[in-house]
Amino acid sequence: MKHTISVLLQNKPGVLSRVTGLFSGRGFNIESLSVNQTLEPDVSCLTLVTDGDDAIIEQITKQLHKLIDVIKVTDNSEADCVEREMILIRVKAEAHTRAEVLRIIDIFRGKVVDVGPKTYMIEMTGNATKLQAVVDLLRPIGIQEIVRTGTIAMIRAKKN
Amino acid sequence: MKVTGAQAFIKCLEEQGVEVIFGFPGGAVIDLYDEILKQDKITHVLVRHEQAAVHAADAYGRVKGDVGVALVTSGPGATNTVTGIASAYCDSIPMVVFTGQVPTMLIGNDAFQEVDIVGITRPVTKHNYLVKKAADLVPTIREAFHLARTGRPGPVLIDLPKDVISATINFPDPAPVKMRTYRPTYEPHPGQVEKACRAILAAKKPVIYAGGGVIASNSNEEVTELATKLNIPVTMTLMGLGGFPGTHELSMGMLGMHGTYYSNMAVANCDVLIAIGARFDDRVTGRVDAFAPHAKIIHVDIDPTSISKNVTVDIPIVADCKHALSAMNTWFARSSECDFKAVSEQHGPWLKEISAWKKKHPLGYVMDENVIKPQFVVQKLHELTKGEAIITTEVGQNQMWAAQFYHFNKPRHFMTSGGLGVMGYGFPAAIGAQMAAPGRTVIDVAGDGSIQMNIQELATARQYKCPVKIAILNNNYLGMVRQWQELFYDKKYSATGLEVAPDFVALAQAYGAVGLRATKPSEVEPVIKEALATDNTVIMDFVIAREEGVFPMVPAGKATTEMLLV
Repeated sequence: MKHTISVLLQNKPGVLSRVTGLFSGRGFNIESLSVNQTLEPDVSCLTLVTDGDDAIIEQITKQLHKLIDVIKVTDNSEADCVEREMILIRVKAEAHTRAEVLRIIDIFRGKVVDVGPKTYMIEMTGNATKLQAVVDLLRPIGIQEIVRTGTIAMIRAKKN
Repeated sequence: MKVTGAQAFIKCLEEQGVEVIFGFPGGAVIDLYDEILKQDKITHVLVRHEQAAVHAADAYGRVKGDVGVALVTSGPGATNTVTGIASAYCDSIPMVVFTGQVPTMLIGNDAFQEVDIVGITRPVTKHNYLVKKAADLVPTIREAFHLARTGRPGPVLIDLPKDVISATINFPDPAPVKMRTYRPTYEPHPGQVEKACRAILAAKKPVIYAGGGVIASNSNEEVTELATKLNIPVTMTLMGLGGFPGTHELSMGMLGMHGTYYSNMAVANCDVLIAIGARFDDRVTGRVDAFAPHAKIIHVDIDPTSISKNVTVDIPIVADCKHALSAMNTWFARSSECDFKAVSEQHGPWLKEISAWKKKHPLGYVMDENVIKPQFVVQKLHELTKGEAIITTEVGQNQMWAAQFYHFNKPRHFMTSGGLGVMGYGFPAAIGAQMAAPGRTVIDVAGDGSIQMNIQELATARQYKCPVKIAILNNNYLGMVRQWQELFYDKKYSATGLEVAPDFVALAQAYGAVGLRATKPSEVEPVIKEALATDNTVIMDFVIAREEGVFPMVPAGKATTEMLLV
């Protein structure tokens, strides 16, 4: 099962390679990775998506926690959370397909951020499933290039 | 107070109570060596290869029960430490290794003797640091020692660029180390302790499985109390030997691949397994699904990642072994549910079952009148040192025979590269142990193959007047691999015959040490006696039965009950 794990860590040189080295060294899988500053400039939040059975996920969270620079490890899969990725898509947009492209991205609340003579660049956010759906719909029209971020996640506020 | 980085380094070591460091100089650390010369509180031991410095620091720390320290230069000096660091990491040995580094402005330029040692050692250290600013030097050293000696101990590396060492800094006052992210759990959860104790009380066939954590946390007395008050048999891992008296009637010796028949049978048949500071290594468990299949498993460990890593644990207790065992012993003493006499009697039939296994297949070997058996040598070493010597080993057959036949009664008397299995560990470790315990008998039980991996340290032993004794069990083979080839590869001895070997007696003499040789069983005792009476480094070359094997043996991947016996 896929797990989205958030790791708060001290923003120090080499800290990212401590995390990725742990995964490669112990044969754990990283499907996506995203990292940036938090409200505290010396603390970063790293979000990664990994796959494994319960025993593997338990080892992953414990091993992450064992790293000296790690402050907190949260497995978001145990909670109700919002997960988002962002995607940039360069899709063919010729006279006969432009309208169709615009209709599709409108449905998914994407937007055109760059227009070329024969292409659009589209920006869109959503969870992995939604972004994959857009890619699948646009593929027959002609996708030239995609770039996708790793997943980020935040646990929803408790409702009472 | 204004000091140079090098002066601050010395002050920090003094502050940490460091008395001996092991090292090898070079261009990047020449300022530190200049400072070492100006003081006399810290003894520097000049090794002949950086790997030896780390092994020596490892054993020094084990004997002392504190942090061992090694100092080397940049580049090759640093890379040569990697094996030693990895060994200390596998065995959870507290250690701080200082490596020189090129000046900060040259880092990343592929400068002369530059290597990214922090990158290289990241997976084999508990933590490591590159000190980029001179102001960070002192806090980093303090933090490193704190990390090395607390929690699950381990090696910490500090990379020191040359300009950081030569910079002038303000020496900050000593202050307790505060770390936001590092708070090891020492105290056990009382609810878990109670659960564990109740499970032990309900057991008819309990076994204590003690590992290196017992030694690291100095909880041999607590283990002994638990075992003797409740009449529970004890088996130990290679790293745990000495954690419970090896000659005690409740001791079953070592378990696992070359463990005793009765240890492995007891674990396979027990109903409660009390794992203390052990990590269910593959050499201990054999085939995991057949390991302690009927047992409820209690696991005490300070490192949460050790728990349920290889074997699913029923009652985990994350704590320092000493704290957890004290809590358990206290619970038993206070609980109205526990009647020590009744519990001890309850285990009577189980102990009888175990002694029947002991009688059926005791640890043994076939004596030969004409050829020296290696087990006989280790037994004689035990006898003639009254079991009081500090024993280090190399890796392979020599290590297993030492573990099986030198019955360790006290902790911190057995130094071996357990997890990583480093050939070449034993001799530098013996030097480190001797520096920590002058006046004590220190013996390296070696093979003729592995002793050659750090034989150059004869010079170090001589220079620092370490009267360590090296007992080479010389079968002219890389014996353990040869044994595997004999058993599992149809006797195809690929690359295990040591066709050219030095004359070890002459070699010892070339370094000004003493060389002795025994070729017959009757010569073993006189040679050991002479070696023990000699106040010099001694090599004892025991020419042993060439194809003697280590038994019992659990073939790799088999269940521990599927032992090959003598």
